[in-house]
Amino acid sequence: MLTLSRWKVLLVILSVVAGVLFALPNALPKDVRESLPGFLPKQTLNLGLDLQGGSYLLLEVDLKALKAERLNNTIEDVRTQLREEQIVFSDLGLVGDTISVRITDPGQYEAATRLLRQNIGSDLPGAVGGRDIRVTTEADQRLRLALAPEAMDAEGRRAVEQSQEIIRRRIDELGTREPSITRQGANRIVVAAPGESDPEKLKAILGQTAKLTFQLVDETADIVAAQEGRVPPGSVLVPGDQVQPFYVLKRRALVTGEMLTNASAGFDPQTGQPVVNFRFNGEGARRFANATTQNVGKRFAIVLDDKVISAPNINEPITGGSGQISGNFTVESANDLAILLRAGALPTRLNVEEQRTVGAELGADAIKAGQISTIIGFAAILVFMLLAYGLLFGGISIVALLVNGLLIIAAMSLTQATLTLPGIAGLILTLAVAVDANVLIYERMRDEVRAGRTVAMSMDAGFSRAMSTIIDANLTTLLAALMMFQFGAGPVKGFAWTLSIGVLTSVFSAVLITQVLLAWWYRAARPKTLPIA
Amino acid sequence: MWPLIKLLPIKTNFHFVKFARYAAILSAIAVIASLARALVPFEPPCGGLNCGIDFKGGTVLELSTAPKAVDLATARGALERMDLGDVQVQAFGSADQAMVRFQTPAGASPAETVDRVKATLTQALGKVTFVRTDVVGPKVSGELFNAGLLALLLSIGLMLVYIWFRFELQFGVGAVVALFHDVFLTFGIIAFAGLEFSLTTVAAILTVIGYSMNDTVVVFDRLRENLRKYKRMPLREVIDLSINETLSRTVITGVTALLALAGLAVFGGPTLFGMSIVLMFGIIIGTYSSIYVAAPVILLWGVKRFDEPAEPLKTAVPRP
Repeated sequence: MLTLSRWKVLLVILSVVAGVLFALPNALPKDVRESLPGFLPKQTLNLGLDLQGGSYLLLEVDLKALKAERLNNTIEDVRTQLREEQIVFSDLGLVGDTISVRITDPGQYEAATRLLRQNIGSDLPGAVGGRDIRVTTEADQRLRLALAPEAMDAEGRRAVEQSQEIIRRRIDELGTREPSITRQGANRIVVAAPGESDPEKLKAILGQTAKLTFQLVDETADIVAAQEGRVPPGSVLVPGDQVQPFYVLKRRALVTGEMLTNASAGFDPQTGQPVVNFRFNGEGARRFANATTQNVGKRFAIVLDDKVISAPNINEPITGGSGQISGNFTVESANDLAILLRAGALPTRLNVEEQRTVGAELGADAIKAGQISTIIGFAAILVFMLLAYGLLFGGISIVALLVNGLLIIAAMSLTQATLTLPGIAGLILTLAVAVDANVLIYERMRDEVRAGRTVAMSMDAGFSRAMSTIIDANLTTLLAALMMFQFGAGPVKGFAWTLSIGVLTSVFSAVLITQVLLAWWYRAARPKTLPIA
Repeated sequence: MWPLIKLLPIKTNFHFVKFARYAAILSAIAVIASLARALVPFEPPCGGLNCGIDFKGGTVLELSTAPKAVDLATARGALERMDLGDVQVQAFGSADQAMVRFQTPAGASPAETVDRVKATLTQALGKVTFVRTDVVGPKVSGELFNAGLLALLLSIGLMLVYIWFRFELQFGVGAVVALFHDVFLTFGIIAFAGLEFSLTTVAAILTVIGYSMNDTVVVFDRLRENLRKYKRMPLREVIDLSINETLSRTVITGVTALLALAGLAVFGGPTLFGMSIVLMFGIIIGTYSSIYVAAPVILLWGVKRFDEPAEPLKTAVPRP
């Protein structure tokens, strides 16, 4: 141990230099940091939301709702197809999560089967029968349509990807600072927005599907009957606005929100009310022009998330490709709707499963508490080590501890691991347990001196004998930390990461740094007795 | 030179093993009491533990009406009219701060409910700042609970494998018995002190597992070494010797960790208070269990001793 190999010294020097380099940005004010030349590291500690304040939302893409919607659309498809071919049917509806329909005329049964097999659903390589919807025949002239599980899987994956993209667009439109939007598991998305952001606003913006459709009002339907459940086939009962509590609308959408190219909040020039102006794309404009030309004098409804916002009269064909939604808007709600329309509709509902919001002030308090307790903890260790092992050996272990702290900060900054409040606790505990390696080494040296060995031999034996214990002891902590990292959530992950980094750096500094410093001291002083014996 | 404090005499010669019988009775009583307190009533998922929303779902709000004091009665009245079931409104920290906890009614969306509650409170109390909002849905809380439990069991399993790999079987059994002892007692202190059982607490327990193991390994390492060194010495004396030899290290490391954690408990704020208490307690029982649980198990079981002068591993190597 006392003959230091060159690589050991080099390793110690290099790691200390790297530690200073990567930890330094944390000590510099922001403007200095940004004016540093490009080759120097600029990353600082990545503080968790509990320290800097902010909102964390765990959103789940509602795949059940997605499936229900898909099935309902399919029912409408079946209805349209059978009607167009003038096939008489009854009992069209959901049975469990399949669709069942009865063909009245046995002579049309085969034709209906063929028709639905051909026209309902689409090709899906890999699924049974190569289609995403399987049509099977049953007794009593019934047909059953089932969604292939592969189809739902693929659709679910697409829906999650799409949701992530739409969430990003919506949040960007809100101007939230550095949000992070990440996938978690199969159908979850985590949104973390640091700083003083308004969680209610965030939830309001993300909680809406923002599915916009333009549908004709079914003027022939009896609203009272519809409210009692007798909705005419092909129509649907939709809650309305102040003007009319319920509307019966044609199911088929004239135009959907996907055909919008732009939307912005504005004011109606006549009434001065806030409105949302929009433009259709080519297809949307054409379809809207056709529909309004054919239905002059009727009403169409603008439906957002299955609720009628307004139902204006078609006074004349609208062919310009642009329009205006007026509802009971405030300036803010008009603005929000414009944001939602610009960003696009979510494929299905998002449910907020977990929300954690910490005000920036509380975060600042937590940082302060963390700093104070780190300093106090460090001071306690320092005093105790000096008392227990004296200025020289105690001092050496404190130097090792300081290097350790430096390396932890550097490694945390470099890996951009999140430092959370429990992470700070992990840090303090790491520092405390880090001295354990020093203690093990020193106690070994004491034992060896007492056993009558020379100073040099004792120091040598102290290191080599304590080594296996140090490794055993630290590996167990590392294993526990890995478990926490694997299964822990949020702040616990931060704790586990800090603990793991701490274990690695503390073994390094307690063993190597101490060794180099002790060797230097031995060569300089040539002691006859060990100061700690 | 510096006057070194001698925490302990240079050479201690305590007869630890002599008291092992009493310690075993004490430990058994403590473990049973802890388990009973933590498990009764047998209601999933938390039993006698004071589960936080991490594991049971629900909402915690921290609010401030600074500079005026929070009118707790008004807040309670307003919330009771909302039919949320069990709502707790309590003062928190200073007079202008309060904490509100409630469970989301079945079928309602947790995220929407919290928005309604905030609106109601703002209406009832005037200007309110919500400094913290934690909402955990039922699905997530169930998953967090399972993940926490799994992490706990897997870490204990990993420790067992590791110890088995590094030491002989009876050492591994001793270490794991000590580990369970520590985990049960830690759950006991959480239950008896009424500390909130949350994700952070689980992290603390896992850390206790790591520390307890660390401490046991140090004692066992020395025990294994002494078993080779003093082949004729009776086992109980070897155990006493090994514990005495590692005692000053045990005390120094333990005290350092306790000092640092005490700082954390006092200055770390409410979030870290529970965690540091659990950690401090865990360090104390982790140290105790290395001496009085892990080592006596080995004494009970006995170890294979070798009479040959060479180390067993070396004699096993076949010569070419």
